[in-house]
Parts: sequence; structure tokens; C-alpha cells
Amino acid sequence: MAQFAPGVFRTLHGLFAVYKPPGVHWKSVRDTVETNLLKELNALKQRPPRQQIRFLPAGTEGSNGLEVTRVPSAVPVLADHVLVKGPAFTHIRVGTGHRLDIQSSGVFVLGIGHGNKLLKDMYNSHFTRDYTVRGMLGKATEDFTELGKTIEKTTYDHITREKLERILAVIQGTNQKALITHSHLDLQSQEAYDLAVQGKLRPMVKSPPIILGIRCLEFSPPEFTLEIQCMHETQQYLRKMIHEIGLELRSSAVCTQVRRSRDGPFTVDCSLLRTQWDLGSIQGAIRECRAQTEGVSRGNPDREAAEGPIPGPSRGAEGEGELRA
Amino acid sequence: MFLVVCRISRRCSLLNASNYAHFSRGLWHSAALTQRSQRKNEMVALRRLLGHIYGTERTTWSSVMLLRRHFTHLSTEGDATVMFSEQNLPSIKLYPQETKVLPGTDFNTLSEDLEGAPPLSPLEEITENEAAQIAADLPIPPASFTLQDYVDQSETLKKLVLLGVDLSKLEKRPNVANFLLRLDFERDVSRFLLFLKDVGLEDSQLGAFLSKNPFILSEDLENLQKRVSYLRLKEFSKEAVARMVAKAPYLLNFSIERLDNRLGFFQRELGLSTEKTRDLIIRLPRLLTGSLEPVRENLKVCEIELGFKKNEIQHIAIKVPKILTANKKKLMETFDYVHNIMGIPHHLIVKFPQVFNTKLLKMKERHLFLGFLGRAVYDPTKPNYVSLDKLTSTPNEIFCVEVAKASVQDYERFLKTL
Repeated sequence: MAQFAPGVFRTLHGLFAVYKPPGVHWKSVRDTVETNLLKELNALKQRPPRQQIRFLPAGTEGSNGLEVTRVPSAVPVLADHVLVKGPAFTHIRVGTGHRLDIQSSGVFVLGIGHGNKLLKDMYNSHFTRDYTVRGMLGKATEDFTELGKTIEKTTYDHITREKLERILAVIQGTNQKALITHSHLDLQSQEAYDLAVQGKLRPMVKSPPIILGIRCLEFSPPEFTLEIQCMHETQQYLRKMIHEIGLELRSSAVCTQVRRSRDGPFTVDCSLLRTQWDLGSIQGAIRECRAQTEGVSRGNPDREAAEGPIPGPSRGAEGEGELRA
Repeated sequence: MFLVVCRISRRCSLLNASNYAHFSRGLWHSAALTQRSQRKNEMVALRRLLGHIYGTERTTWSSVMLLRRHFTHLSTEGDATVMFSEQNLPSIKLYPQETKVLPGTDFNTLSEDLEGAPPLSPLEEITENEAAQIAADLPIPPASFTLQDYVDQSETLKKLVLLGVDLSKLEKRPNVANFLLRLDFERDVSRFLLFLKDVGLEDSQLGAFLSKNPFILSEDLENLQKRVSYLRLKEFSKEAVARMVAKAPYLLNFSIERLDNRLGFFQRELGLSTEKTRDLIIRLPRLLTGSLEPVRENLKVCEIELGFKKNEIQHIAIKVPKILTANKKKLMETFDYVHNIMGIPHHLIVKFPQVFNTKLLKMKERHLFLGFLGRAVYDPTKPNYVSLDKLTSTPNEIFCVEVAKASVQDYERFLKTL
């Protein structure tokens, strides 16, 4: 016995995360999810067709031969047949959170139905995001990616891990100053002090990209991997940062991979792979994420409400405090 | 007005019919300008005039016909609903102007009028049996955007739906809905269904076939028969013809010359024998009905940009006919990845042309996973060789266990680091 389609659709309102593979446009990811859902929803049990009262002729053997009478009977309306009406579900509102460009991969938040309102709330809460960015020294290109047109080639023998980390510390220091100016808080107040102690000081309005934390995960020349915690960024901004780190190191660098490992409360672990973009998995993911998104209050959330769902991954939260100290 | 018409009619019995037609039309135009009450007068006049003509019995039949046409012309304006309810065709409702040329039933109504039989008065008492025989169906709209409004009333549409024809898709195509409404199942549809059954289509395929190609109902049955016998003449077996017609519904709408041209095209361009061309067409019948330009283009791409030899292209096309209709850009992307990044030479690709049939993204992920495990060996002479066939056409679980020798969880975890 198949499930009742409108009932299943009712359970789909909410947010969930998918893992976007590199080389695919975010729009095609969204469209794939939508078509998969539509196909499965339409295959489920639909509403029964309306009944229509018709007076059908019926012959009965009467005393004087055949008598024709009309018998009221309920017949299903053929206009409600699926071949006449078309499939019951033709489109689903699937909204997207912060986007990822074609080359980048990672956690990509999608909202279905009423979840789109939560997406807006998520935008207004100005969550931080984690990225794993991989760079390669010795080359500079026009669009900062590996595949772009090469501008220059350099040596990188002189670069050590210490030199790289020194640059990273400088970057974090300058961003810390920008963070305070864009937070629009009086630094002398108790409120600002409390937030700063908890490591939750961050701008709650639109601002230029801000790096909250950056550290080197791996350094094996010419390749290096950075973990970046930031807000209001674009993927191209992170690539440009790799390029500038290369220049600061008296060399040049290109970005080979941008991978988002966390978007607000959504982590890699709870994101769905391409093979899991089906009704059952999405339903499960939405149910799980509902618990996390309950903290996001409706309307324009104040600071406290928005802080609620952040600390999902322990690593991110700790990393933030550690880097700030 | 009555007198004028009578006088004209007397004179017209001597005139020839065409002249009369002109005259009456002119009369009609002038009448159209007058008020509605006057129009009623004219109708009464015409009725009496007809009685007069019948009485004298000197007019030719043609002039009667012309008169009748004139009469119906008038009545379509005035008593449109009366006329329609007598005919059970919803198509007429959509197109009132059609009634002008409509056939013989009008004549019966006319003769009834002449006999002076009054229509049933609403106050007259009728017996139970008569009452039961009056079908009181819901009125149907004169115009609509969808076929939904007509399905419950029209026998033809009802039968088509039960056959499995997707009306919701058909009504979106231009002119198809009007075309379907004018059909009569017994007269127009059933013989085509019998014909398709003769060709060898299954019952379950008929609905899908008509959903794709409703225009076969407007073809001449003899022509269709000729096309099928042409295909049989070209030594396609009966099963093959059935398969081709089911897979490429528009096949039978193509004239014999066109079909011949197209078969010739594939044989010539690919340089295949007749036997192999036949196999190719049976495997992918939509080659015949699709556009030929992309096919030609893809062949050029294979030859010039991908650098395959003529006989290699032949081999690939026979194994994977889809390559001929594939997207040019996707073809080149796949080849670029397989040849330049995975480092597989041409002769191996020719051996496993399935690579052109799989999604590039899937192949990329699997190749990277094997590379990560150090198992990406595509050279048949080396140990731990992974054939391209296994890389591309096995499901995920089997690939993980048999080819990569890892668990599915590991594979998924790896995919999340890409």
C-alpha cells in the first residue's frame, strides 16, 4: 500500500543540505532535487477522483415487457483521471541558501515549501561558514583557479610552514579589526564584552567579506590546505585570498579546490550525496534538520535567537575560540 | 418582405441556380442589417416560401438545396442551441461556423418542419418510459482551454483515456485537442488501432503510441500499409518493425521516399553493409525519425576532433548507436576526460565504447576514488587491471566491493571530500 501523496508532501516542508559535487551548477542541483521529488510524489497514491451522480438507464423486466428506468448511481468523474488532468504535482518550491559556484563543492542548503521562510531567517541570522581551501604554489592565473590562463610562474623553495602561518596570522588580525567595526557595537559596553568573551561577536548586518578564523591544515609544497571560517564571503573571494597569500609569500599561488564543510548549522555529515537525492532520504534529512532549525525564530530574529543553532559542530565552535585567543 | 421573397422565388425557377444563390445571399446581407424582429419575419417568410415551392413542384433539387443552406444559415444565428442539441457531437459546439457545411440531418429537420409537426410542448404529459429515455446530460461549455470539460461527455475521448492516451500532454500541443474532439472512435480510430495491432504493437503500447503521435489518425491507411510493406521489403522482420514503430512513433508518418533516403544516408555516411545498417536502425529506431544534421555533425566530430578512424567509428556506432544522437559538447567532454586525464588510448576506447554512454560525473568520481586507493590501472597488461566496462556500467555497490575492494561507506565518505 503506497503512502498518500499529499500527506507525504506535508512532511517535506523544511530545510535540508545536499553535498554539491564540483563542476555542477547549483541550479542544476536544485532542479535535479525537484524533478526527483516530483517523480516520486506522483508515483504515490493520489486523491481519489470526485464522484458524480448520474441517472443511468437500466432495463428491468416488468409486467408488460421491458421497462426502462433511470437509476441514480455515483460514477467517478473521468476528468479527474491522471491521464486527463495530468500529474498532481507539477512543481515544488525549492529555494536555495548561500550558493556555491560551479567549481566549488560542499554543503549546499535547500528549502522546500515553508522552509523557504526559514531560509530567509537563516540569511538574516548571518551564520558563519567553514571552508576547506586547497592552493598550489608556483603559478598564478587570471581567474585564480588552476584551469585559468597562466599569468606567471614562480619558484617556491623558500617558503616554509612558519612563513605561511605568519601571513595567515596577519590576515586574521586585520579581519579582527574589520569585524569589530562592522559589528556596530560600543566596545566599552558590557554587552560587547560578553559577546567577545564567548567568541560570538560578529556583524548582524550586511558587510564586506570577513575572515573570522584561518589556519593551515597541511603544508607540503607546492600544495597547501587551509581551513577558513568566514562570513559574507563568495567563493571567488576565497580564491583571490589564496592568490594574495601567494603574492605575500614572494611567490604566487592558485586555488585548486574550494569546499564548504559547514554552512551555519549544516555540516558535511548531515548533507546528502548525489545518490541520496530521493524522497526517503530527503524526508529523513528534513526531519533531522528540523530539530536544529527550531532555534531559528520567525521574522527578524534578535541576536540571542540567532545564536541558538550555531554551535552544531563542536570542531567549528572550538576552533573559533581557539583562533581568536 | 414576404411578398418580395415570393415574387423572387417564382422568377428564380426560371433562372439558373448560381444566379439564385447570388441573389439570396444579397438578400441575406440586407437582412442582416435589419433588426432581430425583422429577421424572424424573414424566417417565417422563408418557411412559407418553401411550402409554396413544394406545392408547385417545379423547382429543381439544386435550388431547394440552396434554399436549405440559406435556411440553416439563418437558423444558426437564431436557433443555434436547438440545432446543436440534436447532434451529439461536441466538436460542433466549438465551431458554430462549421454548421453551414454540415450534412444531411438538416434536411430531416426541414421536412419535419414542412409536415408541420409541432415540437413537444413543455406542458404536455409523457409516459414514464418516454421520460426515462430522455438523456439529460450536463451542458458542456462552447469553448474551453482543456479537454477535461469534454471527457465525461465524449465517447471517443473516454475510450482514448481507457486505452491509455495521455490527454493532458496532448492538449498542450497546438491543434491536437481540436483534432481529437472531431474524431469518432468507431469511424476514425478503431481501424488505426486494428492496423497497429496488425503491425505487431502490444495492447499496452497503443496508448503510449497515440500519446506521442496522434497525427497517425489523420494519415491514409493505405499509405501506412504501403510503408510497412516497404519496411518488410527491406528485410526487417515483423518483430523488428513492431519494435521500430513502438520506439519511433513518427516512423509511419514518413513517406516511402523519405524513409528510403534516410536508410540510404546511414548506410552511406557510416559505410556499413545492409545487414549492419538494419541492426543499427533496429537498435535505435529514432535515428530514422530524428534530424540528420546532428548525426552528420557527430560523425565529423568523431573523425576530426576525436581522431578516430573510419572503421573505429563504425564499430563504436554499432555498439553504442546513441553516440550518433548525443550532444556534441558532452561527447567531447567525455572523450577529453577519458583520453587526456585518465590516459586511455584510442584502441582501448574503441574496445569499450560504453564510456560514451555513462555520465561523466559518475566516471570522474569513480576514477578519482580508484586513484585515491592506487587502483586506477587501465592497462590490460598490468596486474590489478580495471576494465573500462567495469568502471562505467556496474552499480555503485558492486563497483565498491568488486573493483575498488572498499566499502560503500568509504566511497561515500570519499565523495564528500571532493
